[in-house]
Amino acid sequence: MLPFNRQKEPLYFYALIAVGLLVLLAGLYASHMMEEHGHIISGMNNQIVWGMPHVFAIFMIVAASGVLNIASIGSVFGKAAYKGRGPLAGMLSIALLAGGLFVLMLDLGRPDRIIVAATKYNATSVFAWNILLYSGLFTFVALYMWTLLERRMNPWIKPAGLVVFAWRIILTTGTGLIFAFLVARQAYASPILPPMFLVMSFAWGLAVFFVVQSAMYSWNGKTQDPVLLNRMNRLLGIFVLGALYLVAVYHLTNIYFARQTSFEHFILFEGGVYPWLFWGGYVLFGSALPLLLIFAPGLKGPRSVLIASILTILGAFSMLYVFIIGGQAFPLEIFPGYETKSSFGDGQVGMYHPSHWEFMLGFGGMAIAFLITTIGVRALNFVPQDKPLSVEERASN
Amino acid sequence: MNDTNVQRRQFLKTSVGAAAVAIAPGMLLFDMAHGKTEPVSSKVRWGMLIDTGSCADGCNDCVNACNKENGLSGGLSPTDSQWIRKVELKDKRSGRELALPMMCQHCEEPPCVDVCPTAASFKRADGIVLVDKHLCIGCRYCMMACPYKARSFVHEPLHDQKPEVPRGRGTVESCTMCVHRVDKGQQPSCAEACPNKSIMFGNLNDPESEISKKIRNVASIQIRADLGLNTGIRYQGI
Repeated sequence: MLPFNRQKEPLYFYALIAVGLLVLLAGLYASHMMEEHGHIISGMNNQIVWGMPHVFAIFMIVAASGVLNIASIGSVFGKAAYKGRGPLAGMLSIALLAGGLFVLMLDLGRPDRIIVAATKYNATSVFAWNILLYSGLFTFVALYMWTLLERRMNPWIKPAGLVVFAWRIILTTGTGLIFAFLVARQAYASPILPPMFLVMSFAWGLAVFFVVQSAMYSWNGKTQDPVLLNRMNRLLGIFVLGALYLVAVYHLTNIYFARQTSFEHFILFEGGVYPWLFWGGYVLFGSALPLLLIFAPGLKGPRSVLIASILTILGAFSMLYVFIIGGQAFPLEIFPGYETKSSFGDGQVGMYHPSHWEFMLGFGGMAIAFLITTIGVRALNFVPQDKPLSVEERASN
Repeated sequence: MNDTNVQRRQFLKTSVGAAAVAIAPGMLLFDMAHGKTEPVSSKVRWGMLIDTGSCADGCNDCVNACNKENGLSGGLSPTDSQWIRKVELKDKRSGRELALPMMCQHCEEPPCVDVCPTAASFKRADGIVLVDKHLCIGCRYCMMACPYKARSFVHEPLHDQKPEVPRGRGTVESCTMCVHRVDKGQQPSCAEACPNKSIMFGNLNDPESEISKKIRNVASIQIRADLGLNTGIRYQGI
């Protein structure tokens, strides 16, 4: 890995923090500008109402749930190798969720009124449910980490792990439901979306975990146990494959419905940037290539795992861009059987060019996640302490 | 009567008169500020019947009247608010063409109200669907949920608003069925402006109202009736 001068380690650390803070500041500035001038400075409009900030936010919120895989496998399913990684997974979850909510909140038309979201509560709104689910996740993950890190609380690890496991499954279901409940939109309104988001969360969260883990190992000059690495790596492969399967089912069932074929034509073949991102970004670079790196014999090793993880994350962004923005760009069918035309974009593909403010806000959220992770990893001892695997465990690989 | 008594009476008369003159404008303003004090009732359901047969192609009078009444700019960029728009339709198979005005359909089961996290989107007892501009946080989930693309987000700071039609940057808005006019017993401005009287406004719950009688006698439909939202706006001739 990188040549690393041990004596300069504190300097590197503060340099990283400074970079993180700068990106965060840029995000805050973008939010300030959007509040000052209105969303007119973003690329969003009345047709594409959710844009790039939502791609960033939903990625982070979905990954925040998925990254807890490691914790669940260790604490709920009792796999020894994963147990030592529970605290890191918990902290990453909190970091990603904080980053995602930062973006979501500052993209609001009236972020100054965020308190209204807590004082006025509409029980039929899945958004309102999600506010509870997010705050619940923060609380339960913090409690879970307490049981892991405080020796006297150790007996509670399993129950706390179970609660977190159940909660994050409900949370990601809630994220999927945001779209599944959109009754009139061709791209959404499908009950397969919650399970699809759930399996995607497993893959994306694990990919984020691997990126952070390999950065930590190389920072500390350690090498990862190849057997353990290989086992976790295969898990990532299974999740990437699972997500791909559900995405395929989602599109194939749509193609079967005559009323949905024009939408599928648009998203998969004729919609310009969207088919490119779907096939190139998500299917090829975000799924097929990682699968090759994971399962092809002779390609195993920390570097392959890292590249596969980074590709999975980039694939996730492509997938979300196609799903969120492509889904809105396709004209809403208000009059089935008719061609429509109006001054409000009826019957026309919605135009969207994300502005740099949106990217600044999105990266600002990533910076929050990065800062919490970097400071957390340094302040608390999160480096996984692997005990050598037993003969049986090695044999089971 | 002695002089003192006359003076005393005169003084009392003047005082009462002065007090009345002082209080009267206040009482008048109090009344004006509070308007009608009786609450809206679900005995009424306001709705519209739009006759697409007489809606003239190229005529934009309803749109212009709405913009003027509600202080909208009338701009047509993708970030401008359009509470009502003319949609031109062409049947894909027969080629039949028609035009109609499209706006908030004031659903009985409005998806926008269901999804709104802060209950800023709400339905009045008389069926008019509105946005409380003080509660809207600008998340735009209602815009995603609306099957009719009836809502707009205010993308820019606003100037010279109409006092009767409050709007707000960073919040979502849509057709209010001119609630401020309806509450005064007037018609929505689009219905009033239509030169062909293609937009009929009235109480759907009153079997004797003109609109109810017409709906009983002519074929009309709700748009995307398959969604089961029971819209307050019905169309004739599609």
